[in-house]
Amino acid sequence: MPEHNIVPRDGNAMQKYGLVIAFAAICAVLSIRSPAFLTPQNAINVLRQISINAILAVGVTYVILTGGIDLSLGSVVAVTGVLAATFAHPDTYPLAVPIAVGILGGVLIGVLNGLVITRFRVAPFIATLGMMTIARGGALILSGGRPVSNLAASFNFIGNGSVLRIPIPILILAGVFLVSRFILRRTTFGRYVYAVGGNEEAARASGINTHGIKVASYAICAGLAGLAGIVQASRITTGQPNAGISYELDAIAAVVIGGTSLSGGIGSVTGTLLGALLIGTLNNGLDLLNVSSYYQQVVKGLIIIGAVILDRRKRSR
Amino acid sequence: MEHKNCVLELRDVSKSFPGVKALDRVSIRFRPATVHALIGENGAGKSTLMKILMGFYTDYAGEILLLGQRLTHAGVRQALEAGISMIHQELMYVPHMTVAENLLLGREPASRFLKRIDRREARRQTQQLLNQVGLDLEPDRLMKDLNVAERQMVEITKAISYHAKIVIMDEPSSSLSQHEVERLCGIIAQLKDRGVTVIYISHRLEEVFRIADEVTVLRDGRVVGAARVSEIDADRVIAMMVGRELADVFPRRTRRPGPVILSVRNLGRKGAFHDVSFDLHRGEIVSLAGLMGAGRTEIIRCLFGLDRYDQGQILVNGKEVPIRSPADALRLGLGLVSEDRQTTGLVPCLSLRANITLSNLDLCSWGPIVSWGREEKLVERMVGDLRIKSPDTREMVANLSGGNQQKAVLARALLGEPNVLLLDEPTRGIDVGAKAEIYKLMGRLAHEGKAILMASSELPEVVGMSDRVIVLSSGAVTRQLDRDQASAANILRNAMAN
Repeated sequence: MPEHNIVPRDGNAMQKYGLVIAFAAICAVLSIRSPAFLTPQNAINVLRQISINAILAVGVTYVILTGGIDLSLGSVVAVTGVLAATFAHPDTYPLAVPIAVGILGGVLIGVLNGLVITRFRVAPFIATLGMMTIARGGALILSGGRPVSNLAASFNFIGNGSVLRIPIPILILAGVFLVSRFILRRTTFGRYVYAVGGNEEAARASGINTHGIKVASYAICAGLAGLAGIVQASRITTGQPNAGISYELDAIAAVVIGGTSLSGGIGSVTGTLLGALLIGTLNNGLDLLNVSSYYQQVVKGLIIIGAVILDRRKRSR
Repeated sequence: MEHKNCVLELRDVSKSFPGVKALDRVSIRFRPATVHALIGENGAGKSTLMKILMGFYTDYAGEILLLGQRLTHAGVRQALEAGISMIHQELMYVPHMTVAENLLLGREPASRFLKRIDRREARRQTQQLLNQVGLDLEPDRLMKDLNVAERQMVEITKAISYHAKIVIMDEPSSSLSQHEVERLCGIIAQLKDRGVTVIYISHRLEEVFRIADEVTVLRDGRVVGAARVSEIDADRVIAMMVGRELADVFPRRTRRPGPVILSVRNLGRKGAFHDVSFDLHRGEIVSLAGLMGAGRTEIIRCLFGLDRYDQGQILVNGKEVPIRSPADALRLGLGLVSEDRQTTGLVPCLSLRANITLSNLDLCSWGPIVSWGREEKLVERMVGDLRIKSPDTREMVANLSGGNQQKAVLARALLGEPNVLLLDEPTRGIDVGAKAEIYKLMGRLAHEGKAILMASSELPEVVGMSDRVIVLSSGAVTRQLDRDQASAANILRNAMAN
């Protein structure tokens, strides 16, 4: 079985190994400096901490692969969290209802984003910037500006429970990652996502419904943001209309560090997951070393810029 | 003093691009106060030559003498300072600035303090420049609000205003109306009176003979003839442009047209072409020939659903069909190899394999899931069939040579087993060996009963490959030529008629 069928071997291998090496190096340094770092409990901590960001990042990978961007994700997390919470009060609806409402709410927003971008030819940056404000307003309207609390225990279990001692958010992330990896590598839809981002005109000339592919990508992206919104609301046992501010930027950062090109067509969700892990591990390690969170922000910024410079270098060769 | 009768001299100028020798020891002498026409087919090397003169390319062999002094310009700015100005085919201006701002861009009259722009002085200078060329334009109008001809005149004014000794005009008349061409001729005469040398690149022989004093003909990067206009006629120039014998790169074919498969009736698209009608038979190779802007590519794009046509009908197998998208065209058995493989043909960052199967993924997938095994088999077959050279089918397609990239685009079109193949410039920018292979393949496909419609700006391949040639000029069919009438000279004559 060929290792990777779509994206060429060399660039991809380099990019992956580069990230893996960087990740291993950070882990090595941290485990020497802090004995608490390399413990199973801490590994689970890191994974749980990154799960929401990583789910969002996997989602926005679809959009970025098509050459687009989605800035509305943080607001989608808030509005879907509030939406799910309003259906999650004890003894009202079965658990499936808030989950379905949260995800479908996200999908609907994504479809709207996609339609505005394809039908009305609004630049993705602008369209989703608008949606960012609209969805935030929606969250405030739905909740009346107040947190939606008093949620059912079954709902709160999603963000706080564990199965076989593994926190559920990690299991959700694992599912999202594996399914997305399969979709992008093995399905015709995944192939078309890469083609649309790599050269939209050529994709169209190949008979691909490029608009459909884009709308579907935004829908998947926002749908996953809806899922993240549910996890978030459940985790804090509240539907918070002010949740998720600037989450979209953290997600995009993970994608970029993971080697996905912002101009589309190149990248993978594996890279994205590694990117999210890298950020999460670094935050965790710097915490353990008692480095002030002020410095952590500076470090994160430097990594984003460094990753892009490396990427540019690689491609200009 | 030698330079008294030679303002600019090229001595053995050569320039190569990977795989192509664009200029091969070109020597030309330009005399002062003359209009010197430079003509040749597409790809003859005119543009490369002008780009060298303007300092876009600095790595060339040979030397350029300006007023007897060796020119060592390191860039466009130096060329301008040396007194060489150029009016580009694609106009270069800032659309949201006014005529005055564009004319004086980079040299605005400004106050000493804070470099504040003196608007009144700018207007005055602009008015003066416009008066010089007799152009009646409001200096405060925005460039984007002018029509193409007016913009062109502004560009010409700008070029002249640099006190150029040499003004290069690249197809300046292509967007001008008859009336404006008259004015352009007047301006050129004025320039000549002021001692300026005009290098005039054009396809339109009629104009060349009216305006120019001397003419140099380029072909395949070489100078094939130079003469005073008074001592030569149009037929002679056409013969020089075409020149080459049809090399044996073209396969011998016997024409065996089958039934009509594609018919086009009064097809038109606003601003591109109109009233185009023709039939395409199975087993036939038909070419769309014409100069740049004649509408070749636009017709192909409409036939494949990349652009919408707003007039006329397309019939496939005698049935009228709407073609609104490439998906429609593919369903109807059309295949396309587009003009520019980089921008419309390939997805450069994907593998060779993914590029070949892109429009026919259903052939190698179960439902929505791609079978890598079946895909590999399909691709291996096409790669062997077309002899695409690549270390691995998973290689990024951008890393392949031009010829192999072109074959990849062809492979994608052929994978869907189309009945009608639309080829737009199928051999542009690839080496002779790859060209010959593509010609051979075209012959084989026609023999198998496929219909091929080729748009090409390369006359030898039009002449060498076509059973029939549809000659276009300014978006309309001027002539349909059968194989025995389709000589290069005859095609060119009809392409230049309007």
